[in-house]
Amino acid sequence: MWEVFIQTKPGLSHKHAGTVQAPTAEMALQNARDVYTRRMEGTSIWVVPSKYLVTSEGVDKEAFFDPADDKLYRHPTFYEIPNDVKNM
Amino acid sequence: MNPLYQYILKLADDTLIFGQRLGEVCGKGPYLEEDIALTNIALDYLGQSSNLYKYAVQIQGEGKTEDNLAFLRLEKEYVNCQLSELPNGDYANTILKVYFFAVYQKLLYGALSKSSDEQLSAIAEKSLKEVKYHYTHASTWIKMFAGGTEESKIRLKNAVENLWEYTAGMFAITNGEEDLAKLGIVPDAKDLHENWKQKVAEDFIQFGIQIPDSEFMQKGSRTGYHTEYFGFILCELQYMQRTYPNCVW
Repeated sequence: MWEVFIQTKPGLSHKHAGTVQAPTAEMALQNARDVYTRRMEGTSIWVVPSKYLVTSEGVDKEAFFDPADDKLYRHPTFYEIPNDVKNM
Repeated sequence: MNPLYQYILKLADDTLIFGQRLGEVCGKGPYLEEDIALTNIALDYLGQSSNLYKYAVQIQGEGKTEDNLAFLRLEKEYVNCQLSELPNGDYANTILKVYFFAVYQKLLYGALSKSSDEQLSAIAEKSLKEVKYHYTHASTWIKMFAGGTEESKIRLKNAVENLWEYTAGMFAITNGEEDLAKLGIVPDAKDLHENWKQKVAEDFIQFGIQIPDSEFMQKGSRTGYHTEYFGFILCELQYMQRTYPNCVW
């Protein structure tokens, strides 16, 4: 199994699109192209073997995520974004 | 008949029939991703045939549509190569067919993109991008089959032996094609065939597979003579138009 990440436009980050099964890395990339970009969704593809994905599955969710709950000041909401900056 | 019309018809028929044949894999691929990959290729073929038939009816100038050519001709009026109509067989056979055809189409469209006929070169340029990927995909699999298990090696070997004698049929010419080649409108079929053999020989050395010794080649491609499998394809392909004349999607 391979995790597929698609970049929809140059400059944007790659976003997780889903998974494919494939026997080799080369074929995983081709299968990802055929499954996830057949309607012009992508300009770049990453595939990563699923087994190398380290996830937060199984950790204490409360200790892991809740402490960020009351730290509003971490949001950079006090800046004005210039009009020319897109995709922020 | 107009030689250019004949020539375009053979390219269109190849892709229509191969597309129809490959479409049979839809829903039956070895695994979901490959199912989609092969169906994509089949759709590319159908798209190419649509562009080519549109140009063919324009040259013909009888007010017909691409559907007339695709759906309403008789068996002997189709000038596709026999390779395109052969059954898919197992996956090695299915992929090897695509590979042989992709090597041909890459050379063909590469040459046609420089054609003095603007419309033909535009169609070729658009299609070339598609067939380059077909080549990449098919050759990746063949490399894997050739370097895989005993089973995959045997299946690939059987496929080579099964299909090899149909490969020359891709290069069979239509009436007046030589004149078109002299005018620089289409590539010379003999050159194409030589380049094809050279490319396949290079690839086969790299994959570690043998080209069959036999020089026997099936005849009849592009003359209206077909393999026994062709009637069944037409039957399915033409069913809707024959049963409900002029029905539209």
